[in-house]
Amino acid sequence: MTIRVVKPGLFTTVQDLGRYGYAHLGISPAGAADPLSFRIANLLVGNDENVPALEMTLLGATLEFEESAIVALTGASCECKVGFAQVPVNAAFDLPAGAALKCERMTTGARCYLSVQGGFDTPLVMGSASTLVAGHFGGFKGRGLQKGDVLHVRQPDSVRIRSLRPGALDSLRAPRPLRVTKGAQQDWFGSEAFEKLFSSVYIVSEQSNRTGLRLKGEAVRPREQSELLTDGIPLAAIQVPQDGQPIILFVDQQTTGGYPKIANVIAADVHSVGQLRPRDEVRLVEVSIAEAVKAIGEQERWLREIFIS
Amino acid sequence: MKIIPASDSSLLVVFGNAISPALHERVIRLFYSFQAWHDPRIRNLHPGYASLLIDFDPLRMTHDELISVVQQLALASDSAVDRRANVVTIPVCYDIEFGPDLLDVSQHAGLSVEEVVRLHSSPTYLVYFLGFSPGFVYLGGLPESLHVPRLATPRPSIVGGSVGIAGRQTGIYPVDSPGGWKLIGRTPLRMFDPEATPPTRLQPGDRMKFSPIDRATFEDISRRAEARLT
Repeated sequence: MTIRVVKPGLFTTVQDLGRYGYAHLGISPAGAADPLSFRIANLLVGNDENVPALEMTLLGATLEFEESAIVALTGASCECKVGFAQVPVNAAFDLPAGAALKCERMTTGARCYLSVQGGFDTPLVMGSASTLVAGHFGGFKGRGLQKGDVLHVRQPDSVRIRSLRPGALDSLRAPRPLRVTKGAQQDWFGSEAFEKLFSSVYIVSEQSNRTGLRLKGEAVRPREQSELLTDGIPLAAIQVPQDGQPIILFVDQQTTGGYPKIANVIAADVHSVGQLRPRDEVRLVEVSIAEAVKAIGEQERWLREIFIS
Repeated sequence: MKIIPASDSSLLVVFGNAISPALHERVIRLFYSFQAWHDPRIRNLHPGYASLLIDFDPLRMTHDELISVVQQLALASDSAVDRRANVVTIPVCYDIEFGPDLLDVSQHAGLSVEEVVRLHSSPTYLVYFLGFSPGFVYLGGLPESLHVPRLATPRPSIVGGSVGIAGRQTGIYPVDSPGGWKLIGRTPLRMFDPEATPPTRLQPGDRMKFSPIDRATFEDISRRAEARLT
């Protein structure tokens, strides 16, 4: 089965849950920016959670389906239509053969996921279908989708779909501060810097993408300006360059860097980073490593409980 | 050795705070010990100049478990026999067309272009680590007389294979990208090929040499590389 790209939207890529094991060669994981919504999209249509799906950014794509398909849309709220009829979100639904699915502007959140039963058929590169645009590889020809591209979908080996309990995703909607742990170079910063970091409201800058999110607001500065020996960067580390404006390094991040890392978004809140839009407000709140580990465990249990079995 | 939790899913092992082959040797030994250990709970390893960042799955492993593994592997790897480092030769054509900043570098260094080429291609460099972008190597060993400042304004696009100098660093842009290093030549070899195993020509801890080639040899190797790829 094939899907033709009528309009690519702002930036639409094929992703899975990322490419691991190659950071020592300078290769960042890439993968879905909101892995939670990505997994839910796949689970709804009965796929394994790591099957390739589309990530759309801020403005959705228009896609023409050659044959009938079972699809699901998750993540940012986005009005999606076939003809004049609105299609459901956070639920699997049937698209008839020849249908054009039109996804429009996202109103809250930055990224919307489209899964198709069977999954997109893109080659695995280093074990993953994720697009890494900076490396020009993975996903569909190593780039964002363009008008006229034709994507192939695998034949599904099951026709089982899942559905969510009513209100299951309400807890994701409420705006919350991003939870962070203190970073690898926390000793470089005094209590004053941390007070600023945790009391300020930051604005997500327009120059934010899958590589990193630049935050604008109260500058935080190390006790003294010294030079850090380049070291490894964990996913969602918050580094502070010379101007003191924090940057959250994200899924397409550089694997090493020379700026001190003051904090790190916890694994359980990475999905929220993926839904931040330019001009959104961000607050940061400190949690301990133990609390962060507990939160990711709870999130995994939550993900298993939100589906009607 | 200092072990710092860098996030809820990573540990940073710090061996010191200097760029030195001796500290780096400990980074590389621990890195290769982890690679040989093959634990699926370890997701990524990021060697740096004097540290190793270990990224793991927090659902399947705790910081304490990983700390004890680090301690065991560090002990074992410190006493291990020397790993034999690869010495990789990278042909470079130091042509003005490929190295638009050659004259600038030679003026800045007060050397002739021939001396710049001779100096750049004489050392055996150490690959400290790869980072920044896929296949980008951080090399140690650039002769001091070639330490020149980076460009005031980075170029918006640089052809993959371009060889550059910035400060005390030299390296090769593996893929087309923007960049601010002064360009002095180009290699016809692909430094990064996502379809190849391994995908990069250089690995952390390798030694490497630049070998000057003329334009005809450059074209010849390029043609053969293309023939192999199609």
